[in-house]
Amino acid sequence: MKQFNRFLLIWDQKFSQILLGLVLFTTVFLLSLASPFFMTWDNWRNILDQSALQVIIAVGMTFVICTGGIDLSVGSVTALSGVCMAAAMHAGVSVEMAVFGGIVAGAFVGMSNGLLVSRLNLNPFIVTLGTMAVARGVALIITKGIPIYGFSREFTWWGNGHIGPLNPPMLTAVFIALLGALVLNKTKLGYYTLALGGNEEALRRSGVAYKLYKLIVYTICGITAAIGGLVVTARLNTAEPLAGSMFELDAIAAVVLGGTDMKGGRGSITGTVTACLLLGVLRNGLTILSIPSYYQQLAIGVIILVAIIISELRLKNAPGHGNIIH
Amino acid sequence: MSNQSIKPTIEIAHLSKSFGNIEALCDVSLEIYSGEILAIVGDNGAGKSTLIKILSGALTADQGQIIVGDKSYSSLSPGKAIGLGISTVYQDLALVDCRDVASNIFLGWEPVYAGFFVDKRKMQKEAGKILADLQINIPSLNTPVGLLSGGQRQGVAVARAILQGGKVIIFDEPTAAMGLQESAKVIKLLLKLREEGIAVIVISHNLHQVFEISDRICVMRHGRVAAICKTKESLPSQIVELIMGAPDKGACVAAGVYSDEAI
Repeated sequence: MKQFNRFLLIWDQKFSQILLGLVLFTTVFLLSLASPFFMTWDNWRNILDQSALQVIIAVGMTFVICTGGIDLSVGSVTALSGVCMAAAMHAGVSVEMAVFGGIVAGAFVGMSNGLLVSRLNLNPFIVTLGTMAVARGVALIITKGIPIYGFSREFTWWGNGHIGPLNPPMLTAVFIALLGALVLNKTKLGYYTLALGGNEEALRRSGVAYKLYKLIVYTICGITAAIGGLVVTARLNTAEPLAGSMFELDAIAAVVLGGTDMKGGRGSITGTVTACLLLGVLRNGLTILSIPSYYQQLAIGVIILVAIIISELRLKNAPGHGNIIH
Repeated sequence: MSNQSIKPTIEIAHLSKSFGNIEALCDVSLEIYSGEILAIVGDNGAGKSTLIKILSGALTADQGQIIVGDKSYSSLSPGKAIGLGISTVYQDLALVDCRDVASNIFLGWEPVYAGFFVDKRKMQKEAGKILADLQINIPSLNTPVGLLSGGQRQGVAVARAILQGGKVIIFDEPTAAMGLQESAKVIKLLLKLREEGIAVIVISHNLHQVFEISDRICVMRHGRVAAICKTKESLPSQIVELIMGAPDKGACVAAGVYSDEAI
């Protein structure tokens, strides 16, 4: 009986991930029946390459959403960090320092978000809507609206290089996802990230420097978005000031699809990664099946809505959502 | 229980606090001794909550001192209060519903290994031990606290206060939202804490309960201490009179007048 209870508990906590895994598996199975090309390595390499960028950005977003917040600025930050790297390299700065500078720029935007949200207690939706416009504006000012292109091989390796059968974006994504899962599940930062979303006041009354932790979480999201900027810029060999628009929506969609609660308190990096893969597989599959891209957009939108409806219906019976009998 | 020759665990000296024009606390002094249960009673707005919030570090007093050991403090933060051994079990319990029992008990004080990773095994082991000591029965330490019953949740909040090393544990309305059986359990728990030499402060509206468990009763009225009585030497009717203000003297007489007469 105790074993069974334990099973139920795990089932309850991992419900989203298990369901998502099953959906991914079924989709892959059906697509492999529908098209002989789908299961080839070339195609999978393509899927993983596309998903890698989304994973990198969505991991940071998972942390922010776990605190009950949101970061709309990630798309602009990918553009800003790419533009900073490009401008620095064209000014003669070394590749390492340029990449470092671009990531610092992303961390700075994230930190500004964190400061405004935690210190001034402002609504993260509005704050990051503002910094989204500011970061985009700065990227346009730096480039005067004209893309910067043409970088050294050393830099473009980050987007197009080869490491065995894989490439740097994929390995970066794997590294960030593993690190993110470790931090979220095993460290104080992760514990407090989830507690912030669950009951911020409880954390305050326990004497935790909760504002500092919130600041760190937003900074992490800025850093992952900046790493996304590195990948995009290196892959295209171009720093486009308008790059990364709608990235924030893709990232939020993946996080929510992955079972992280928009109200905060529960979240999973595994879920986020699985959701990124599912979205990647779907886009790829629909393309292979020659379904026009307008329908792809529609299909993916519907899937996200269905996922949210399922998770909301289930959460109505879960703890921490106002229906507990005290 | 309390013996005036023993040094108090905590002494509150002349605390005052105003919110704008409203005087929430006015020159409140109080001593709390280890191994006693001090009940604080009073009508709504009498200043009980303000006093407790200042003690637990949630509010800062305008004037006055909190004396712990040889040191006196004019203000505390939540972390500092806990560090000094003042733990609070809030009325809303301050639990994170979506997190498991052990994470809640150790909230803010998680043990780490390798300087970085939370030692979950140690947390679960110690949480299990504290809960067993308190005779609180919780099926699994992995359960999110949102799924527990009121009494179990209270137990988790108390376990946290004990883990924080509380020499003084403040209970804000510990049985307000509970059934009879669960209330009885909580009362047993309070008596057990007293036995262990912890100074217990209980805020309650339930006079019957106050008389059942407390050693001393502090009656607050209009932000002042109207009286501090030994429970054994008082009658419920006297306490009610102190809470309400004696009817024959009328409401216009300042509450402070009674404090001298009553003691």
